[in-house]
Amino acid sequence: MKAENEDYKNIPGWGMDADPENEPTYPMKNYTGDDHNRINYDRSQQQPLTVELLQSNERPGPSAVFGTTVPPSGLSGMIRRYAFRNSEDRYRHWIPLILADRINVCEGWIEDITHGHLPNPIKERGLAVEWKYNKPVMLKKIAAVALIGGIVFTISKILSDD
Amino acid sequence: MNYRGPYRVRTVQKPMPEILHPEDAIIRVTRSCICGSDLHLYHGMVPDTRVGSTFGHEFTGVVEEVGPMVQKLKVGDHVLVPFNVACGKCNFCKQGLFGNCHESNTMATAVGGIFGYSHTAGGFDGGQAEYVRVPYADVGPTVIPPDMDPDDAVLLTDVVPTGYQAAEMGGIKEGDTVVVFGAGPIGIMAARCAWFFGPSRVIIIDHVDYRLEFAKNYAKCEAYNFKDMEDPVVFLKKATDWYGADVCIDCVGCEAEGNTLQTFSGRVMLMQAGAATAFQWAVNSVKKGGIVSVVGVYGPPFNLAPIGNIVNKGITIRANQASVKRLLPKLIDHVQSGRLNPKGLITHRIPLEEISDAYRLFSSKLDNCIKTVLIPSTKH
Repeated sequence: MKAENEDYKNIPGWGMDADPENEPTYPMKNYTGDDHNRINYDRSQQQPLTVELLQSNERPGPSAVFGTTVPPSGLSGMIRRYAFRNSEDRYRHWIPLILADRINVCEGWIEDITHGHLPNPIKERGLAVEWKYNKPVMLKKIAAVALIGGIVFTISKILSDD
Repeated sequence: MNYRGPYRVRTVQKPMPEILHPEDAIIRVTRSCICGSDLHLYHGMVPDTRVGSTFGHEFTGVVEEVGPMVQKLKVGDHVLVPFNVACGKCNFCKQGLFGNCHESNTMATAVGGIFGYSHTAGGFDGGQAEYVRVPYADVGPTVIPPDMDPDDAVLLTDVVPTGYQAAEMGGIKEGDTVVVFGAGPIGIMAARCAWFFGPSRVIIIDHVDYRLEFAKNYAKCEAYNFKDMEDPVVFLKKATDWYGADVCIDCVGCEAEGNTLQTFSGRVMLMQAGAATAFQWAVNSVKKGGIVSVVGVYGPPFNLAPIGNIVNKGITIRANQASVKRLLPKLIDHVQSGRLNPKGLITHRIPLEEISDAYRLFSSKLDNCIKTVLIPSTKH
């Protein structure tokens, strides 16, 4: 199969960054020798620990700066604390974090309602935009949900009558 | 912007960010973008994405306040902020590996800090907001040249450097054939930037027709829909005289389509960190001894990958988060000289208040969306 673009050398900038001497290219270059000093480099001062910070057990301590948004809390926080007792190599680190994320969604609903905010999942999901640009797919999804719901309802009704 | 769970985001009032470290700055955001990798968060694919977080790692803004140790920035500077949070002092930053900073992420060691990209990437609030805290303000933020369009500047925070580095890591030689998997903003930019290294062919593969058409025009490359092929790997072998491409670039990451087993196990059952279909195709489409460059985002902990073929073909794999700061001087020159036109990717400009609609538009690929820019009401 032949190339479609025979005029490629006229593309602005063609070949101007080529450097045959640059081999192997990034990221295997600019070696400074400092790796053998490990973590003994001139570090920025430590950001004060003002919130609970979950730390990878593959580090000796917190990084000099860190994000402070949404510290762990509630049941999801308990699960996250457990997850961080295990290294990033272990499934028992990542799987609990995914579980905690899902529980955290439920906590978010509870938090909203207890703070007097009724979530609007239709707006939050941007479904008006989906409806505007993608009506056929939306209708198929609604029909599929209705069909599955109907089947589940019918089966549960049959079982309860038995 | 406030994450409430998979596919649910809204805007809320949050407290004004504060200086928490002497090298911090507070930035009033003028523009931010939704990135393809934000969709992995939005879809609930990245572990430790907490409800209440603010996403956004592509943003520009005006310096509102600086910490006592900040020397290079002053209040009023209009800056573009690279997505990497990088200290500039650790051994990795000193090697130019700004995406691998060792002093910006307490929660994980595999990746440095990234703005608004879950607690797995450091737990920083991101730039899809009116104001944002920016650590290490003397390292990352770069004053936007006065003659540069702000729309070009915001795309220099991630899209352009990531696309460029994808091509750079490919080690492209003059006359090479390069295949890019994924015609999202990064894939399109990778295809465009590949030409800087002198290939004779650039091919882009995706399944969304409007994006392939856009890529063909913007990146001057060949564009093919894998849904029109029985087998993309055989198609690419045939297209390269049954030899294999010299370089394959994965710009898709963990939410690929095209392989039932990968999709079911990775995206439906979450038994692996998403679907590694693009990576599998890249490995199997590249020539023996070829190079596979990966900038697509894959989450922890693992993916199904054809290790046997990597070994047997003697493939070199290069992968990393883009080292934005390292690349900025060269990329600013490419933009100012007119060789690159980042803002040409922007198809939608949406007020920050309509964040839910913006995410849905981009996620569902509605209205021929390529790149969405969010405009906060406080931009002036």
